[in-house]
Amino acid sequence: MSGRVKRRIRESTNKSQRGADETPLVKWTLIGVSGLFLFVFLLLPLVNVFAQAFAGGIRAYFAALTNPDTRAAIGLTALTAAICVPVNAAFGVCAAWAVAKFEFRGKALLITLIDLPFSVSPVVAGLIYVVLFGLQGYFGSWLSDHDIRIIFAVPGIVLTTLFVTFPFVARELIPVMQATGNEQEQAAMTLGASGWQTFWRVTLPSVKWGLLYGVILCNARAMGEFGAVSVVSGHITGLTETMPIRVESLFKEYQSTASFAVASLLAVLALATLILKSWFEWRQERQFSSAQIPEPEVVDSSRPGRP
Amino acid sequence: MIETIFNRMSVSPLFGGLSRGTRFARFLGALAITLAMSAHAAEVRLLNVSYDPTREFYLEVNTAFARQWKARTGDTVVVQQSHGGSGKQARSVIDGLSGDVVTLALAYDIDAIAERSKLLPKDWQKRLPENASPYTSIINFLVRKGNPKQFKDWGDLARPGVAVITPNPKTSGGARWNYLAAWAWAQEAFKGDEARIKDYLGRVFRNVPVLDTGARGSTTTFVQRGIGDVLITWENEALLALKESGSDKFEIVTPSLSILAEPPVAWVDRVVKRRGTENVAKAYLEFLYSPEGQDIIGRNFYRPRSKDVAARYAAQFPAVKTVTIDEVFGGWSKAQPQHFGEGGTFDQISRQ
Repeated sequence: MSGRVKRRIRESTNKSQRGADETPLVKWTLIGVSGLFLFVFLLLPLVNVFAQAFAGGIRAYFAALTNPDTRAAIGLTALTAAICVPVNAAFGVCAAWAVAKFEFRGKALLITLIDLPFSVSPVVAGLIYVVLFGLQGYFGSWLSDHDIRIIFAVPGIVLTTLFVTFPFVARELIPVMQATGNEQEQAAMTLGASGWQTFWRVTLPSVKWGLLYGVILCNARAMGEFGAVSVVSGHITGLTETMPIRVESLFKEYQSTASFAVASLLAVLALATLILKSWFEWRQERQFSSAQIPEPEVVDSSRPGRP
Repeated sequence: MIETIFNRMSVSPLFGGLSRGTRFARFLGALAITLAMSAHAAEVRLLNVSYDPTREFYLEVNTAFARQWKARTGDTVVVQQSHGGSGKQARSVIDGLSGDVVTLALAYDIDAIAERSKLLPKDWQKRLPENASPYTSIINFLVRKGNPKQFKDWGDLARPGVAVITPNPKTSGGARWNYLAAWAWAQEAFKGDEARIKDYLGRVFRNVPVLDTGARGSTTTFVQRGIGDVLITWENEALLALKESGSDKFEIVTPSLSILAEPPVAWVDRVVKRRGTENVAKAYLEFLYSPEGQDIIGRNFYRPRSKDVAARYAAQFPAVKTVTIDEVFGGWSKAQPQHFGEGGTFDQISRQ
C-alpha cells in the first residue's frame, strides 16, 4: 500500500504539468474506452445477476433464499468467515509487527511464506489438505480410526479457507507499519508505557484503517472462495456446501433463478466490500497526511535501505 | 417427558435443595438426557454419493423411500446427496467422503473404490440383481430445434465446422459411455480398422470446444449457455433437458447404434458398519428395484428393468440397436485401462 501512497503523492504534485500536454481528445477517448470497458465487462454482468435473481419476482427471490439447503450454505459461509477472519487478523498483526518492527534472520523468508497462498493455485491449496487428511493421506487411517472427519466436512472447508485468506491482513499491514516506523513506540516506551499499552494506544490506532482494510478483503475472499473449497467440500447438499458452491449446484439443477438469488448475495457482499474498502483507504490516507512523517522518506523510492 | 424427569430430579435427595450448584447440576442432567434422547430418537441419515445427472431423480426417490421406511419401521430417514462427475465422485469416496451408498455412472468407478480403498468387497456387483444396476439408459444426441446442422448419426460429429459438447472421459462416467458408443459405431463402420477408428474419434474431439467434468456441466453448457451444435449425452439427461427447457428449443436424435449403459449401485460396507446404517442402506437400494422405485425411474427418463413398468413408459424410449460393454469391449476392467488409462486411446487421439 505504501507504493500506492507514493504514487498518489507523486501524481498530485505533477498534475498541473501533465494536464497541459494532453489534448482533450486523447483524454476523453481514454476515459471513454475505459468507461465502456468497465460497463460491458463489469457493470453489465453485475446488473444481470440482479436481473436474473429477480426474474421470478420478489417472492420467488426470498423463497429461494429461505430454502433450507440454501440457508445451510449461508450459515456455513458465515461460520467459515467468522473463524477465518479473526484468526487471520490476529496472525496478520503478529506477522506484520514482526516484519516491520524487528530485524531478524529469515525475515525475507517469512515474507515469502506469507505470500505463498497468493501464488499457489486454489486447487493445489485444496489438494494439500486431501493429501494430508484424506483417507489415503498421511493421517487418513488414524483419523478414520478415531472417527474424526476433516476432509469433506466443515473442518476441511475452514482449513482451506484459512490457507487461501492467510496473507490478506499481513500484506496490508506490513507496508503501513513500515511507513509509520517505530519512533512513536519508542517514545511511548521511554515515557514508561508497557508493551501492551504501547500496542493498544500507539500501534493499533496508527494502523487501524489498514487493519480494517485487510480484514474486509480477507472476509470477502473467505466468503467467496470457490476452487479450494470445492476440492475438499464433498458437495453434500445442506451440509458441506458454501454459498459459491450452492450457486453452482443450483445452476446445475435447472434452478437458475435461485442460483442467481444466492449469487446476488455474494454480489452485495462484493459491493459492500468495495464501499468499505474505499472508505478505509480514504481514512488511512487522511491519517497519513496528518501524521508527522517526513515527506521525502515516503516519496523517494530510489533511496536504498529503510531506517 | 423431559419436564417430568426434570421434576423428579428436583425431589430426589441427590438434587436436594436449589442452590446455584445443584441448579447447574440439574441443567447438566437435563442436557445429558436431552442429548441421549436425541441420539435414540430414530432419525437416520444416509449419504448417497452419486453422479452428475441424477440430481432430480434421487430427490424423488429419497422422498418416496423415506415415506415407505417410516411406514415400515417408524424411523425417519433423511438421505443427503452429493453429485459430481462419476470418476471424481469415486475419487472423493476413496479419499474419505463417507457415502453410505454409491450410485455411480459405471461399474468401473465402484471397482476402483473396492480396489483402492477396500471399503467394499470386489464382488459388490453380484449382491444386487441385474448387475446391481436397477435401471439402464442409452447414449443419444440433443440438437437445436429443427436440427440445423443435420446430425443423423455418429459420423456427422466428425464433420469439420460443427461444435460437439461432451464431458471429459477422464472425470465423467457419461463421457466414457459417449466415447465407447462412438467407438462401437466406428468399429462397425470401419470394419475394425483401428487407425481409422482413432482418426474418426480424433476428429470428433477436435470439434469439442468445452470439456466439462460431468454430464450435467455439459448440459448447462449446451442448454443454458448456448454453446455447441450437438450434445452427446445420456438419454435421461436429454429428455430432462427437453422437459426443463421446452421442446420448442431442442430435439433428440437417436443414432443408428448406441451402447446399453448400466449405472450400478452399491452400499459401502465399511461406512455402513461404522455408522450402523447397513439395513437402511440396503433397503434404500432394494427400493430402487421395487415397483414404486421402478416407476420413479421411468418417470425420470431412465429405462426401468421391470418389464411391466417399462411397458408403461415405452413411448418415451424408442427401440435402438445397442451393444453392451461386455460384448464389444470385454467389460470395464479391460475397457478402462485400454481407452481411458494413462496413454490409452483417449490420450492417443487427444495428442494426434
